[in-house]
Amino acid sequence: MPSSAPRFTSRICGFGWVTPLGANLDEVWARLARGDVAEPKVVTNPETTHEHVYAPVPPKTVEALGRNPRLRRSSAISYFAVAAGLAALQNAGVCLTPEAAARTAIVFAISSGGVIYTRKFYEQIVKQGANCASPMLFPETVYNAPASHLAAQLGVDGATYTLVSDSTVGFSALEFAGQLLATSDLDRVVVVGAEESDWILCEAYRDWRFSRRPGSARGALLAEGAAAVVLGREGDLEITPHPGDPVFRQTDSDAALRRIHAALVPEGDVDLVIDGANGTSADRMEKHVLTERFPGAEFFHPKLAFGETLGAAALMQIVVAALALRHGGLPGVSGKPAKSALVSALGFNHQAGGAVLRLVSDTR
Amino acid sequence: MHSPSAPPFRRVAVTAVGVVSPLGVGVDETVPALRSGHDGVSPVTDFEVSRTRCKTAGRVDLGRVRDRLALSRQDRRRHPASLMMMAAAHEVRRGNPTFEPELLVIGTTSGGMSSGEAFYRAQVEKRRTHARAAWLANYLPQKPVLDAQEIWDTSAPSQIIANACASGTNAVGHAFRLVRGGHHRRVLCGGYDAISEMVFVGFDSLQASTPERIRPFDKSRTGLVLGEGAALFALEELESAKERGAPILAEITGYGISTDNHHLTQPHPSGIGPRQAMERALADAHREPGDVDYINAHGTATIFNDATEGTAIAELFGDRVPVSSTKSMMGHALGAAGAIEAAFSVLALQHQFLPPNIHLQECDPAWRLNIVANASREARLRCVVSNSFGFGGTNATIVLEKV
Repeated sequence: MPSSAPRFTSRICGFGWVTPLGANLDEVWARLARGDVAEPKVVTNPETTHEHVYAPVPPKTVEALGRNPRLRRSSAISYFAVAAGLAALQNAGVCLTPEAAARTAIVFAISSGGVIYTRKFYEQIVKQGANCASPMLFPETVYNAPASHLAAQLGVDGATYTLVSDSTVGFSALEFAGQLLATSDLDRVVVVGAEESDWILCEAYRDWRFSRRPGSARGALLAEGAAAVVLGREGDLEITPHPGDPVFRQTDSDAALRRIHAALVPEGDVDLVIDGANGTSADRMEKHVLTERFPGAEFFHPKLAFGETLGAAALMQIVVAALALRHGGLPGVSGKPAKSALVSALGFNHQAGGAVLRLVSDTR
Repeated sequence: MHSPSAPPFRRVAVTAVGVVSPLGVGVDETVPALRSGHDGVSPVTDFEVSRTRCKTAGRVDLGRVRDRLALSRQDRRRHPASLMMMAAAHEVRRGNPTFEPELLVIGTTSGGMSSGEAFYRAQVEKRRTHARAAWLANYLPQKPVLDAQEIWDTSAPSQIIANACASGTNAVGHAFRLVRGGHHRRVLCGGYDAISEMVFVGFDSLQASTPERIRPFDKSRTGLVLGEGAALFALEELESAKERGAPILAEITGYGISTDNHHLTQPHPSGIGPRQAMERALADAHREPGDVDYINAHGTATIFNDATEGTAIAELFGDRVPVSSTKSMMGHALGAAGAIEAAFSVLALQHQFLPPNIHLQECDPAWRLNIVANASREARLRCVVSNSFGFGGTNATIVLEKV
């Protein structure tokens, strides 16, 4: 078996999200069907006065968590993560009793993490001196802080992991969750991807020529939010993630995507493709590879609606694919009921990734 | 853990180790430093520490790392985290040249944080420089992993675990489970972290770091000092490694993980988190506490960690098993700590000695522990436990055995 062959197939038991278009699955689906796109918000780099845009999550989507004692000092990313995780479990019909929590693991996907508190904490060091840096902020800068808050909400005292990478990290997290189900005595794994935005993140991605300028349609619209998928052993949606194919330099991307698509769909075609197009120059290459390989598939580009949510992005794509298979087709499109969907993405500095979802009659 | 329908467990061998720490670059420098109780902690000079309580850390000699790697002029400028990972990968490659990984599982806490700091400072100083692109690339935790892969010339997929200070042990433990279950035959695993100003000040702000020496399990302990480094392991099926004639350095037999939901940074005072991790690891290895010959403790020398870990060890093992925290010699290397300490455990098994817990003046009377105080000891070791605990309540333990 080649080292990057897919090895772990699981079932999707439930899913949820917190997106710039809202948090309710049906409402967001309807907005996607209408062709709505996330509203950009302008933020200013106070050091240089450069203006940037990103797509925020509407505050009301997580206001129910506002009085949660564990989250009272948390950054936005933890609110998004907890809201999405709880929504996915509710969608799965799972009530986490202590016994059920003992048979549940959490795998978290993140790219930039708690960037707001990280920037604020370092800002205090630089501008006020190390002795003025707040001990309230520092713990929330650690990559696994959101996963820890979610574990505390759910009462999970076993396996909790946070994985870090680029916008493909959600696929890695799904692979990791499949590994946990195969190697541990668990009933389910809650897989959550989350991200928050800040001017420093916008500045960095602008420097990379990745994110868009205010008023421009070129480049990715950075966005924040979270998506969660409950993986288990039962359900009508089967998912096989790819472990990822590293991209050392841009010229590796085309071949990496082709290897992934061939490994995930050896039989040749799928009904739907949920691609990773985000407005950057990589879109054309990904589109070329995908349309050549899957000429009969219908395509959807969720990042053009939600924005690029980095650590949450792949899991948002997965939720779109799962909803599309449940609805029988892409948002706003009716036709032959879809039975399979490929989800694909090219990360910007680690790997290419993907997963295939199939609607199955055997729910086990 | 193992369902009846699953394929039979494979035994999992460590067939090569690469280690870079304040105690040395490579196993050949590390073993004598561990035996002699070398103190690898020194003053911090590469960022401002006049306004922090703590002013020391365990530092890796990057000049020696660069020399060992024989790097090009361009490669010599890589981020310290990349250099340490490249050196560890180089040593594993040299130790087991026929090992081709199918997967990498790597732990880290802060990736290339110092590059992020440089990027922020450039904003404040309104400096536009060509270095900004390199800072961004090096800030991300995946970059040192890709750099190590280039040394190896492997395009295996990688998983990067950021479970705070338990990351390294989580990476080794997860890789062990994958090989044991027959899901992968060969996995390269370990962890890395390089010291940065932000993390240094962070621990200082929490008053978790000390202006004094780091004295784990001491009655008068005052906190940790940070360290840095990287360690990597070639893990593979024992039988196939033997058939290939690969060196068998040790066997990993168990892994336990727990999450303590008490508080983001403080463990539950009962020690339930560490205790669950150790109990689960021993059960996974089909071992009893009485089978264990040495515990490489997490032992950060903070009031809270040592209180809970000491309680858990004393309750589970009593005062029979020798315990030491090798952080006393090199500081706390965060996401690399578990991997480095697993490497020290492999070396202890190989060379049959107990690494010391230096700077111990008087063991905390809150528990009765058999601390390997101040000097290493020769010992007959067959089974070793290595602990790592971190922010977010992550606790991880692995069991290593002599083959």
